Order: sequence, then C-alpha cells, then structure tokens
Amino acid sequence: MKRVYVNEQWCLGCHLCEYNCAFANSGLSDMVLALKGKPIYPRIHIEEGEKISYAVSCRHCTDPICVKSCIAGAISKEDGVVRIDKNKCVGCFTCVLVCPYGALAPNENGVMQKCELCLQNSCGEPACVKGCPNRAIVYEEREAAI
Amino acid sequence: MKNYVIIGNGIAAAGCIEGIRSVDSEGAITVVSEEKHPVYCRPLISYYLEGKTDLERIQYRAPDYYERMGCRVLYGRKAIRIRPDSRKAELDDGSLLPYDSLCIAAGSAPFVPPFEGLDSVKDKYSFMTLDDALALDAAVTPSSEVLIIGAGLIGMKCAEGLRDRVAGITVCDLADRVLSSILDTECAAMMQRHLEENGIRFLLGDSAARFEGNRAYMKSGVKVDFDILVLAVGVRPNTALFKESGGEVNRGILVNSRMETSLPGVFAAGDCVEGEDISSGQKKVLAILPNAYMQGRAAGVNMAGGSELFDKGMPMNSIGFFGYHAMTAGTYSGEVYEEKTDHSLKRLFTENDLLKGFILIGTDERAGIYTSLIREKTPLSSLDFEALKKAATTAAFSPEMRRKKFGGVV
Repeated sequence: MKRVYVNEQWCLGCHLCEYNCAFANSGLSDMVLALKGKPIYPRIHIEEGEKISYAVSCRHCTDPICVKSCIAGAISKEDGVVRIDKNKCVGCFTCVLVCPYGALAPNENGVMQKCELCLQNSCGEPACVKGCPNRAIVYEEREAAI
Repeated sequence: MKNYVIIGNGIAAAGCIEGIRSVDSEGAITVVSEEKHPVYCRPLISYYLEGKTDLERIQYRAPDYYERMGCRVLYGRKAIRIRPDSRKAELDDGSLLPYDSLCIAAGSAPFVPPFEGLDSVKDKYSFMTLDDALALDAAVTPSSEVLIIGAGLIGMKCAEGLRDRVAGITVCDLADRVLSSILDTECAAMMQRHLEENGIRFLLGDSAARFEGNRAYMKSGVKVDFDILVLAVGVRPNTALFKESGGEVNRGILVNSRMETSLPGVFAAGDCVEGEDISSGQKKVLAILPNAYMQGRAAGVNMAGGSELFDKGMPMNSIGFFGYHAMTAGTYSGEVYEEKTDHSLKRLFTENDLLKGFILIGTDERAGIYTSLIREKTPLSSLDFEALKKAATTAAFSPEMRRKKFGGVV
C-alpha cells in the first residue's frame, strides 16, 4: 500500500503542502479563487520543533483506531484508504481524541476531514507530494507497517 | 461449521461480528436483538432530535450489512438464560439456540430511582435508545417545558438536542456540577456557564423529592412545572441474564483481556462488562463507544479461534455542547500542569514519568497525541515534555520515536 512519507531532513517548513492540499480539495480550478484571503483548512499540516519541521497527514493505519472509535460510523477503511463520510459525521471530535498522529481536524463547517490521498479529487495523486519543492514528501510503498 | 450467538445488537455486537468474520468467513452468526432496529449509532440519538442526523444516516453500517456479514438477526427477541453446560441460549419464545461460542453484548439500561409519585407523571421518557428518541421527538412541541433529571452525559446531550424544539429546559442533578463523571468543579463550571448562555436552566445539588402529575417538588423546596420529564439519572450494565446463568459479576460482567467470562464458551463486550482501566489499574465499566467496538472485536476474533487482546481500555470522552467542546481521558491523579484563559482550559496529569490523564476544554489541540501517550504508557523522560505540555505535537518526540511512528525516514 502506497502512503505519504516525509523526510524531515529535507522539509523546509515552507507550508506549501498545506496550500496545495487545501486547493486540491477545494473543488475549484483557480488557486487564487480557492485560497486568496480565506482561512485554509488543509488535511496535512507542518509540525515544527526547535530544529526540525515535517508534514503530517493520515497514516492510513493497518489497524485504524479512528475507524473503531467513530461514534457516527462515518470513518471506514476500504482498499487501504481511511475515508470519512462527511454526510454522516456529526463533528464530535472523538477521532481527534484518539488519533495518535493528530491527523484529523475539522473543516470550515466543523465536519472532520483528513487526507484521503487525493484519490477522489481532481488532483488524482497526493497534491502535497506533487508540489513539494524539495521533494521532502514522497508517495511510495514501504516495508514498515504502521 | 461453528455456531456463534451474539446477545445484543449494538456497537459491541457489530465489533464482534466483524471480529468473527476477520477469522471465520463460514460460521453461522445469530444476533439476538431486543431492539427492533439494525445496529445504529446510539450516541447520535440527541443529534437526531437536533436534526443533525436522520434515520438513514444514524445507521452504523450499510443497509446490506447483515447480509454481507452472513448474519441472521432475530429482532424483538430476548435471551432469558444461557445454559453453558449444553451450550444453548434460551430465548423468550422458548426456542433454544445452540452455540459453540457466545458473546453477551447486552449493553446497559437506564437506572430509575424510586421517586415518590413518579407513576402520576404521564409524559416521562428515558434517553438510551432510538425508540426513546423517536418517542421524545413525537412528544415535544414548541411550547413544551422539559425537566431533565440528571446532568450527566446523557441528560446534557438530551438538553442540547431538545433546546431549539421546546420552550424551556431545566436540568437538575443531585451532584453540585454538570458532567460530574468527567469534569471537576472548575471545568464543570465553565461548561455550565456555556450551557446557561445557551438557555439551559439548572438546579444543581438538588433532586426531586416527589412528583404530582406535571409538577416536581424538589428537595430544596422549589417547585418545577413541566410538560415532559426525561429521566437520565444513570445507567446500569445489563448483567442479569449472565448472573442468573451462573456467571461472575461485579458491577459489570467480569472479563479478562480476551473478553472471556467465567463461563466456558461465553464472552462479553461493551457497556455490560467491567474491564481494566489502564490509566488507573482499576476495574471499571468503561461505557463508551470506542471501547464497546474494540472489546466486541476482540471477543469476536477469540470466539472464532484467533487471538486478540483488549488491554488498552480507559475512560475517554469527547463531548461538545452548542459548539463548545471538552475532551477528557484517563485518570486525574498526580501532578497537574495547567493553562487557562477565560474560555479555555488544559490540564495534564502526570505521575511516575507517565501521562495519566487530561482535561481539555475549548481548545483546538490534537488531543489524540496526548491520549496515545496514556494508552502506550510512554515514559515522559523519553520525549521533550516541556514542549509537549504547551502543544500536543509529535515534534516533541525523540527522532527514533518519530521514525517508528511515521514508518520511515521522518
């Protein structure tokens, strides 16, 4: 199963992945229209420590605790991808309470969202990976199971 | 081919079905469902009143779920005895269901104290099931005055669900604060203030002494007139079936981490069991949905001959009212780290180099990072706790821990 991985040595902390993510999931074809002057709600976020930075998005866990914990039955895992049914989510934040990676957050309407690998938006492949200027974010198959 | 019987048809039962099917795709699964509904999201019944979900979306699984899982569901049936010697479950219609392994996922039931004059109240409701919600939904009108007995999670969610549908809501509780099972005095006061700002009235530290028709006479001397009474005092695990069948029970059905009970071939899961709270080491009824699912799943895997432990249970709740959220987990013991503003509060409890619990109110923290430290019993000395206190971030972890967590080169 291909997943998004990040090399923290290469991450510049430029936050471009957050903008690319928000744009890819906006449903709009013009980045300026989609993002300019608006607060953005990306599904990937940069974590910053004293000397490091790296992007975090859903790990699509082998044994996802968010799926088991969702009180609305809104989170499921199919074909290796953990997805949220926005129509069922009631915004209770239980997934936020259990995700060990901090990979879920609400959108502008209080409905939870997370990385779904851009498989169902117009980008078709992870926009964060495609747009990372330093190739710190990669989309690949790895041995390490999460 | 094995015969599996599941008593109950809630979230723990769904976990059990999915656990069984992860190991055994052939065996016959029979679900005994006292409620006449397919598995639904029980914690969402207040959202149904509020109009944030409906009868379609409140379903926990897809319409073809039981068919796809190869399950027979007996709706409206109740198990009255388990015969562990002959491995049969006896139902209320006299039929006997043979099983190789059985799971009790019977949930809990509202506890109603013997209030004087309660019989004289015509419009009174519990708030545990979808049928309760449907009955309340049909009973309330824009001019209804509602009295809710119990300011716990159930009573308060009911108040939120009804607020825009009725004239007024009064909530009383013997405890001196709201949500007393998960919030201490100060945190509860913040939540209460928010609830009051949203129109909910409270009579705390007070209880109904008696009822006369549509009037409650409180112990304090206050009289409350109401059209609709909701009884949300508390819940009790449904243990009677198991106990009467000779099983060992404390407050809930006693289980080990394989979810096995004292009766051979009998497992139990969900709100009816008492399991270990790893944050305190105590045995507790952990009546929350995530635990119900995970316990059910572990039971199912083990029933089918696989091996899965449920050994990471603890209390945790994410609950919001009118847009204001509280997230809590674990045990509130040890040293306290606190951050506070007028409308937000963070408290972390640490003991013996471990995070034991937390309370977060009105913050937008990625709380799961804290929860995982409690669950995994991560030594705080192995990470930068000074940084982690201020914000829940994996950046405070050691590089090795991050690599392990993120599966590679991070």
